[in-house]
Amino acid sequence: MTTTQANDAIATDDQKLAQLKEFIAQTQKDEHPDSFLIAVLHKAQELYSYLPVPVMDEIAQEMAIPTAHIWGVATFYHYFNLTPPGQHVISICLGTACYVRGAAQILQTLRDELKIDMGQVTPDGLFSLQPARCLGACGLAPVVMIDDKIHGELTPKKMIQILNQYRKQAKK
Amino acid sequence: MDNSKITIAINDQEYKVDPGQTIMQAADKCGYRIPRLCYHPKLSIEGACRVCIVQVEGIRNYVASCAYPVANGMKIYTNTRELRQARRDIVELLLDNHPLDCHTCDRDGNCELQRLAYSMGLRQRHFEGERKQYEKDLSSTSVIRDPDKCILCGRCVRMCSEIQGVHCLTQAHRGFNTVVMPAYNQPFAESVCTACGQCINVCPTASFIEKNYTQELFEKLNDPNLITVAQVAPSVRAAIGEAFGLPPGRNMEGQIVAALRHMGFNYIFDTQFSADLTIMEEASEFLERVQSKGPLPLITSCSSAWMKYMEQFYPDLIENISTAKSPMSMASAMIKTYFAEKIKADPKRILSVAFMCCTAKKYEAARPELNVRGMRATDIVITTRELAWMVKSSGIDFVNIKPEKFDEPLGLSSGAGAIFGVTGGVMEAAIRTAYELYTGETLIDIELTDIRGFKGVKEAKVMLDGQELRLAVAHGLGNAHQALEMVRADRSRFHFVEVMGCPGGCIGGGGQPYPLVNSLPLDEESLKLRAQALYGLDREKTIRRSHENPDVQRLYKEFLGRPLSEKSHELLHTHYKPHLPKGIVSPNLKVV
Repeated sequence: MTTTQANDAIATDDQKLAQLKEFIAQTQKDEHPDSFLIAVLHKAQELYSYLPVPVMDEIAQEMAIPTAHIWGVATFYHYFNLTPPGQHVISICLGTACYVRGAAQILQTLRDELKIDMGQVTPDGLFSLQPARCLGACGLAPVVMIDDKIHGELTPKKMIQILNQYRKQAKK
Repeated sequence: MDNSKITIAINDQEYKVDPGQTIMQAADKCGYRIPRLCYHPKLSIEGACRVCIVQVEGIRNYVASCAYPVANGMKIYTNTRELRQARRDIVELLLDNHPLDCHTCDRDGNCELQRLAYSMGLRQRHFEGERKQYEKDLSSTSVIRDPDKCILCGRCVRMCSEIQGVHCLTQAHRGFNTVVMPAYNQPFAESVCTACGQCINVCPTASFIEKNYTQELFEKLNDPNLITVAQVAPSVRAAIGEAFGLPPGRNMEGQIVAALRHMGFNYIFDTQFSADLTIMEEASEFLERVQSKGPLPLITSCSSAWMKYMEQFYPDLIENISTAKSPMSMASAMIKTYFAEKIKADPKRILSVAFMCCTAKKYEAARPELNVRGMRATDIVITTRELAWMVKSSGIDFVNIKPEKFDEPLGLSSGAGAIFGVTGGVMEAAIRTAYELYTGETLIDIELTDIRGFKGVKEAKVMLDGQELRLAVAHGLGNAHQALEMVRADRSRFHFVEVMGCPGGCIGGGGQPYPLVNSLPLDEESLKLRAQALYGLDREKTIRRSHENPDVQRLYKEFLGRPLSEKSHELLHTHYKPHLPKGIVSPNLKVV
């Protein structure tokens, strides 16, 4: 298990923090302000792409919710990233249709090629890998979504070609 | 005929019971003890372990009796063949993900899981599945966390948040990967943990235990170059008998002194002596603040867990905290200066060992502010549980040993020093002395009954020479939070506030003996009996006021001068500063 290594520079981005605080302030007018914790964490992840420790500390102070409780919620849901994700987030569909059409081989290709496992980031920070259930593109199975783009009818070879395109782009 | 009662049947026997209670509570009163694990009467209902399942006619599934309310006409079965099998399977599955190391475990013989497995009739293990493996957290000076032994009952998490208001622990991650840990998986030493040790008290296994210093102490007792000096806290004598099968509330003072002498200690002193010394300083500080109008209220500082809590959660009240050190640290300071001079010894050769009811005292002893003339004042802190083990391990017949007396010059104490171990005791002792120092008259009614007992926050008023003094007493950090919110809202509401970090005060400390079979930690009856032992000690003494202790008077005459003197400030007072991580004062905490 990895403890979140906080990136202080990200966390002290004043503009993002001001946005987050304003969002929290809105929720605190409700009769049950505590019930907005998950919504606030969603907002924080939207702003920072993950949940840095100093940001969770800020949320704790603003909402008067103990940090341990926030940590319990943040670790319970797989949706929340506790470490910075890669520049490109690869979501591999492991739904039934994709699985039948060879998602397991695509996943193995990704693991071999990127040398990371589910939920991890490549050392150069370019890619992170996460599972997805159905992406609603079963006709193109097996599919992988990179950021918000769908890549369908994949074969191991095609998968490597796509990765290389992203790598080439990053070098420019 | 009492119409408010309802009729239920347990195992085909009819009973009239009060409505509005759970099946488990009703069954307890009817003489059925349903097995249980995650349930604790002082904590919210979790219903996680499923050990307390029963069958109810008309309900297809087993129900958790700790959470299910009784209803009129309900037919409950607690011990059918299917239930026995289901419960045994449940406990067997818990055991499957638990190390097989009972015989080398700290809680061997004292473990609720072990007892449960025995009473379920588990004599072999049928399941062999994947078992979790984590590193132990050894970072804290006081508490060790061992996730491998954890069965996820959640008692520690609820204790830490609901009773102590510290909210250090959570159940992080999910399913098989769930682990009890502080926020961000911080090591304890870097978390908001106050080292109070109540997680140890409520843990049914050895997932939380105190950091053990007994081997180190045994080594040092054999070092001929060291002068070994012990001090014993009041609450240790009121509880240690329980670890030897005696009922709660036996005062074992003389037996402890005799046992320590058998173990090889050169000098054995009483923390109750330095409690009297604390009162001299703290009562004088209080009077000074009353006369110079501030800052008030004065808040006591004897409890180490409370010190850390205050620095993290209430740094704005630091100026209100008494600068007087705790009795343990005062005794240690006197051992390494006054006493060292008396026996003409180099204080560096003195090993100062404190026997405490407390795990947080291990943390306090390591605080650098408490060093005396460049030396650590208290070298080793041993809890009541560790002491009981050392006595057993040394082959001492503790129950039948001939009682002995504490040594001079730090061994004589007043009754006021004894009641330091119970909630309200420090306040009561301070008022006895402050009143007489201020007015010069004898306080007739010295037992302040308003601030005795186990109500969460107690309030009282006393008249001091025509001036009304308003007092507040809180025990358990959650209750302290309530009292301090009152102080934050209105600084003039109280003149004097006493806080003890553990429920019941030191008698309920995190280092006290594990509960007896079929009894639970924080059992109020046990706490009452321990308190009675200390109130009994007070009543037996002819000297019941700290300032009348002749050895305390001699210490001032020969060494310190007077209370709050320059030397007192050097050796008996300390300071506090805000401590990170900052605690979150949760507004949802209720008084208990």
